[in-house]
Amino acid sequence: MTDLKVPTPEIPVVVTSPSRWHSMGETALLYVLSFSAALLLSALLVAVTGNSATQVFQALLDGAFLAPGRWGNTFVIAAPMLLVALGMVIGVKAGVFNIGQEGQLLMGAMAMAWVGTKWGGPGPLLVVLGLALGFAAGGAYAAVASFMKIRRGVPEVISTLLLVFIAFQIVGFAVTTDWMLRDVDPNRPTRAVTSAALPDDARLPFLDIFGNEFHIGFVLALVLAVVIAYLLARTVWGFHLRLLGNNANVAQKVGVSANRTGTMALFLSGAFAGLAGAVMLTGGSSTYRLTTGFASNIGWQGLLVALLARSRPLLCIPMAILFAALRTGSGFLASTGVDRKIVDVVQALLVLALLIPPAVQFIRDRRRALATATEAA
Amino acid sequence: MIGDFLSAVFDIFGSSTMYGSAVRLGALLAFAGLGELVAEKAGTINISVEGSILAGAFAGTVGYHITDSTVIGLAAGVGGGLLVGLIQANMSHRLTADQFVVGLTANVLVLGLAGFLNAAIDPMARRANIIEIPLLSDIPLVGPALFGQTWPTYLLYPLVPLTWWLLYKTRWGLETRAVGENPQAADVSGIDVNKRRRQAVYYGGMLAGLGGAFLVVGQVGTFDAGMVGGRGFIAIAAVYFGGWTLGGVVLGSLVFGMADAFRLATPVLGYQLNAQFLAALPYVLTLLVMYFITKQFRQPSGLAQPFIRGLR
Repeated sequence: MTDLKVPTPEIPVVVTSPSRWHSMGETALLYVLSFSAALLLSALLVAVTGNSATQVFQALLDGAFLAPGRWGNTFVIAAPMLLVALGMVIGVKAGVFNIGQEGQLLMGAMAMAWVGTKWGGPGPLLVVLGLALGFAAGGAYAAVASFMKIRRGVPEVISTLLLVFIAFQIVGFAVTTDWMLRDVDPNRPTRAVTSAALPDDARLPFLDIFGNEFHIGFVLALVLAVVIAYLLARTVWGFHLRLLGNNANVAQKVGVSANRTGTMALFLSGAFAGLAGAVMLTGGSSTYRLTTGFASNIGWQGLLVALLARSRPLLCIPMAILFAALRTGSGFLASTGVDRKIVDVVQALLVLALLIPPAVQFIRDRRRALATATEAA
Repeated sequence: MIGDFLSAVFDIFGSSTMYGSAVRLGALLAFAGLGELVAEKAGTINISVEGSILAGAFAGTVGYHITDSTVIGLAAGVGGGLLVGLIQANMSHRLTADQFVVGLTANVLVLGLAGFLNAAIDPMARRANIIEIPLLSDIPLVGPALFGQTWPTYLLYPLVPLTWWLLYKTRWGLETRAVGENPQAADVSGIDVNKRRRQAVYYGGMLAGLGGAFLVVGQVGTFDAGMVGGRGFIAIAAVYFGGWTLGGVVLGSLVFGMADAFRLATPVLGYQLNAQFLAALPYVLTLLVMYFITKQFRQPSGLAQPFIRGLR
């Protein structure tokens, strides 16, 4: 056997090319490991409390997809989650961290309720106007945080969070006050603490596919996901947005105004949450009436969807369906005797699990880079 | 409406029960706020404080349920809060996951876990006894409010100077503050930045957990998964309200406690005030304070900035 002298490569690309495959394999393995760890932990939790994990899994699957008509319900829940997530993606890409979607969603729903129950007019027109106004209302509510940030440097993470709790009270006020949104129909047995129901013709039309009914809000959300993905990846507008998020200094040097672009991003992230609220209301959530508990965590969960999708608009679609599936699936848990809160646990564990691989990979890459750098020195 | 409001304010601030309930309601905020202050001084906006409180409340309830001892309940609460702190700190300052993402997720996790386990175990707790401290509780108006509470409330009083001492009089505190102000400089001078930040978050989690256990065994007496209901976020607000000073945080907790007590007291005294407005008051107040005053105090300049050596 002759002694083969392998020439040491001088261009680093040659070295990194195989190690890149290696690192991709590592990442995939990490994802699989942490993902299964999260599921295992959830299963363990169910088992410890004396229930059958396979039964729970079966019930979730039945409730979300397999039982007749269920995946339509899943899509109905997924639509607002996806919309919220898309707004979050726009914000995160621009380096704006809006966590007040729950409140912005309520503002959007309130706008829809106002248009639907107080304005007269042909139904379809009301729906369109309501959606537009919901979009604007959610955005305006987020813009409060933006205003505070620009004028006084108040971090939007805190202000948007606090605005959520104010939004709860605003809605509470609106649905208990006669001259605002409260249902004053004298035929109702007790004094209502909800808004009046939207008129029959001001409701989103439902599609029926193989006995699964879902409203066209879901289709709208899908279309918007594609549009946002395109805008962010392929247009100057999207490039400026990403530039601001990646490096505010460079963005400033090339003339991207942090104030203007940042405000727009925050406005849009709130506006999508508002749109989600409007879609929920006109799509039949809580029987077309605005209530105090209307948002029911859709805003928070939409936020988690965006995080889980690592701010990729198209990846938000399956993630939103996954989260919605856990939610609709939890409706079937009663038969297994397991509290439906387990679903929240599974969701949170999944998000935590999916945070780990990129972080570990990041640290490894840093170590490797440092090692290479010290070797070269 | 405004006249009503003012006369209600006047009436209520003259009654000593009002001060009593303000301290009772503000104590939780102070427990959590003190811990949050330390975490923020080190550079972490510890959003998971909400989860820490709830974990502490649940662990405290379970601890009490098993041992029938308030002391062990409180200790278990500290442990529960620490557990959330461990997740938050290690995910965001050992790994490099975003601190807000981790915090929010931890909150969802604890909310689900507490609800799920509460349904499975259904632990029972009981409120600790009220101990009136002689002499001190005889002071008019503030005496019974400060010294006529359930005994776990009194844990708060030594914790205030302890936190002050820890933060301003020890080497650890100096390093912790340095890490929050300028992590790069702290790193160059040989401080393990992320380690200090983790420790500060542990401290924050433990105090928040203690606050949660206090909520159960010192205030309410039973556990409910919705019992914290955003008050962890008010504790964060109290830190902002107090401009990152110890006295300010305590004052902020009291003010928010008072706002809460005010909300609960108005219907009892027969005033027709808008309940929603009063419930929103702490949040509105904090936003206004942040808008008008925050610039005058200086937040730790490394706040919410992750530290990775060689990157900035």
